[in-house]
Amino acid sequence: MTALAFADPVFDSQAVFRRIMRAMAVPGTIFPCGEALAPPAPLAPAAAAALLTLADFETPLWIAPSFAAASGGAVAAYLTFHTGAPLAPSPQTAAFALIDLEADGLRLERFAQGSAEYPDRSTTVVAQGAALGEGSLWRLAGPGVAGEAELRAAPLPPDFLAQWAANRGGFPLGVDMILAAGTQLACLPRSVAISGETR
Amino acid sequence: MPIADPVAQRATNDTAIAARKRAMALLARALTPEMAEPVGRLWPTCDARDLKPVESGLVMLRGRIGGDGAPFNVGEATVTRAVVELPTGERGYAHVLGRDAARARLAAIVDALWQKPEARADVEAAILAPVAARVAAEKAKTRAETAATRVDFFTLVRGEDGA
Repeated sequence: MTALAFADPVFDSQAVFRRIMRAMAVPGTIFPCGEALAPPAPLAPAAAAALLTLADFETPLWIAPSFAAASGGAVAAYLTFHTGAPLAPSPQTAAFALIDLEADGLRLERFAQGSAEYPDRSTTVVAQGAALGEGSLWRLAGPGVAGEAELRAAPLPPDFLAQWAANRGGFPLGVDMILAAGTQLACLPRSVAISGETR
Repeated sequence: MPIADPVAQRATNDTAIAARKRAMALLARALTPEMAEPVGRLWPTCDARDLKPVESGLVMLRGRIGGDGAPFNVGEATVTRAVVELPTGERGYAHVLGRDAARARLAAIVDALWQKPEARADVEAAILAPVAARVAAEKAKTRAETAATRVDFFTLVRGEDGA
């Protein structure tokens, strides 16, 4: 049985889009998202909501091996059926990527970084994790953050700070991240600076 | 070990696709009563589930003048799309001109039923055959009406002899 997507595709996806835009504008703030969705396991409702809203027939979608292997490819079938997005053969060619932080790990440099002429042609990584609001503490600064903001997210890799510094070093190139856990979502645009625990 | 013949395989796929295309093309032209009555009589409990809400939208129609003209956008047409799934897993799709949601949904249900091997003969006999006959009759009538207004031009003197 194919799982259903938004009950009202136009208004529901507009509501999620508005929330993602807000989350990108205030990096690190956690927003509720995708409460009404029941996507096939192991896809989290917030990650499903983000991809159902953002992906379409023009945006190649790369799905990490852990999702491709789980429940007979149900996640890939669900997302391609409801969005019409083609599957990207590699992370380099993807407009959107879906990864599981625990099972797939995180390698930001594997994704498309955009080009000097078109920095917008980089991958937006939808990273599904175990929890937002708990785990290691990250301090955020930069556009959209008044002073300093805190974000707790798990499980990010131990070298996440170095990876993010490299990602930010290439500005205006670089990937943007949408962290999703359960029905919660927070964004890390490429403009944000992250430091680890200082106290 | 049997060796799959790719050419034969492709040929079977092509015939299957052509048959489905023909059925879906007829269903796009079928009217609500032509589908509702047989579906209610033969499959009253088909329990089709909407995979996507039935929705109306616009599609851009493209055309070309003559067989070799450059393609251009003629204009937009309103279409209604429906996608349903039967409990047994068959997925039916329908695109219907206009904004009749019930008609698009019925057409999608019939498309799904048509994919069931045990139901296909009934769908063909009770729904597709009458629709095909009506569509052919309407086409023939339009042709006859148009043919009656036909004017043949004869060129008697083309004038290139000069003088």
